Amino acid sequence: MSVKDEDRRRFLALGAGLLSTTACTTTKPASESGAHMRPHGLRSPHEKVARVIRELTASPGTGSSRTPLQHLYGTITPSDLHYERHHAGVPAIDPLQHELLVHGLVEQPLTFSMAALRRFPSVSRTCFLECSGNVIGDLRGNPPPTVQDSHGLLSCTEWTGVSLRMVLEEARLKPEAKWLIAEGADASRMARSIPVEKALDDALLVYGQNGEALRPEQGYPLRLILPGFEGNMNVKWLDRLLVTDQPAMSVKETANYTELLPSGKAEVLTFVMEARSVITSPSGGQQVLNGFNEITGLAWTGLGKITKVEVSTDNGKTWQVAALQEPILDKSVVRFRLPWEWKGEETIIQSRCTDESGYVQPSRDEFIALRGINAGYHYNGIKCWQVKADGHVVAV
Amino acid sequence: MSWRCSFLLFAVLLQAQQKPFGFGKPVSAEEARKRDLTVFPDGRGLPPGRGDAKAGAPIYAAKCAECHNDRGEGRENQYPGLVGGIGSLATPKPKKSVGSYWPYATTVWDHIHRAMPFDHPRSLTADEVYAVTAVVLYLNGIVTETQELNEKTLPQVRMPNRDGFIPETRPFQKRKVR
Ligand code: HEC
Repeated sequence: MSVKDEDRRRFLALGAGLLSTTACTTTKPASESGAHMRPHGLRSPHEKVARVIRELTASPGTGSSRTPLQHLYGTITPSDLHYERHHAGVPAIDPLQHELLVHGLVEQPLTFSMAALRRFPSVSRTCFLECSGNVIGDLRGNPPPTVQDSHGLLSCTEWTGVSLRMVLEEARLKPEAKWLIAEGADASRMARSIPVEKALDDALLVYGQNGEALRPEQGYPLRLILPGFEGNMNVKWLDRLLVTDQPAMSVKETANYTELLPSGKAEVLTFVMEARSVITSPSGGQQVLNGFNEITGLAWTGLGKITKVEVSTDNGKTWQVAALQEPILDKSVVRFRLPWEWKGEETIIQSRCTDESGYVQPSRDEFIALRGINAGYHYNGIKCWQVKADGHVVAV
Repeated sequence: MSWRCSFLLFAVLLQAQQKPFGFGKPVSAEEARKRDLTVFPDGRGLPPGRGDAKAGAPIYAAKCAECHNDRGEGRENQYPGLVGGIGSLATPKPKKSVGSYWPYATTVWDHIHRAMPFDHPRSLTADEVYAVTAVVLYLNGIVTETQELNEKTLPQVRMPNRDGFIPETRPFQKRKVR
């Protein structure tokens, strides 16, 4: 919500107060007028948060929906606002019919029903998920108007399931095992190749998100979670893991999700999402007011934990260290905050983060100097917002 | 050895000793293979079958052209083109297509087999997939109209951008964590 929205609401509340004192005959005491309880809570009708949907073809379900980052607080994305990127729609799956097949270079091929997977010792962890095509408009020089449009293919939730390592140990990997081909039960049976080291490190097979079963759009009933790796590899509706000695070079790891460089060569099998940050408020389309404004935003890295976020309010001349909200979790978003007095000057505000590997988020110019503007994926340049003299914030 | 290392070693030993939970249902390798769609660049996973562009033309016209257009031009921004852009990758306006970008003919087969036609995936026979794959490659000038594609010859088709891919360099990354 913008600072201006906030003010308008305060004004409206004041108006409502005046109204109730003058027209007191029609106003019921609050204790009599509450609504009934209901099995599922709904947002207040005053809150208009929603994903922005972009279908790419006339066929349903190819495209994306973006998280309204500018309207969210804290670090957890509500499940129904988690971003989506599908390539062949959302399948309707009966969990009683769903089973995971583990086969290939294993001593014993196995299938697991959902009930069987839920019997394993369970584990929960928070991590971000981000499409590696996020923020690509900015790379190409067409920054869209709001942070939802530019950065909305990012979300962060708590996932619950079983350690993939534990499940693989049941089938017993053969020594030649180097890759896993993870395949989903969507119409296109989308598949990605996962290095076995990642599968044995912190990968999860999840059935829960934010305290409840996965939503269909997030892979119900079973999803692969690879903390810190590009979103597409976190295969939804997972029903097959083929253990092999080489990657499949599937369509989504050759035609897409490869990074074309100015030389004409493209980097392939690029998995880790590197450090990024963005100011979510004040951001594009919002309004700053004279005096105190809180600058706040998100930072995240697939290389571990964020250690520092710096904010500049003077077009990059000076940088101040922002406060980071504890707890700072591995491969999860961190909320940063910086108090700011705005005196009516036109300026550019931006944030830059550093992670525990020492990685510093590059500027757009630094990125382009090495990667060009056609990489298509894994763009993580610093995001600038321009504050106009009238306080209006625009993407630049 | 640091405490962290010895703790890890202990955890690994503990895990090695743990007996299996036994929650999985054993299946035979043959049974598992029936569900296996994956085709690798070396041709592993390709079923027997054959087809050429001539045989594929009527199938393409009936089942693909509706979306990808008569000669793979695509339809506006709605449906991806399947042709064009060969030689454009190092220019300021690169055009990625099966012909200009994809490194392996096996990926074309695999993708059509598992995901196309978009609205009726996995409805084509193996011979039909070889034949429409031949059409897509023929429209790109990569095979001739009567060149037979089968499980032996398909992996040998050399795609124009076969050598266009390199491992990640991660130029801004100082050192890897994990
Ligand atoms: C109903 C429309 C439709 C039909 C019919 C159809 N396709 Fe597609 N095709 C699509 C869509 C949509 C995509 C992109 C899917 C995605 O986003 O992953 C696509 C992608 C492809 C691609 C990958 C292109 C690229 O560069 O990513 C190939 C190859 C392809 N189709 C071949 C075929 C063939 C061969 C047929 C006929 C057997 C066919 N398609 C029938 C809609 C269709």
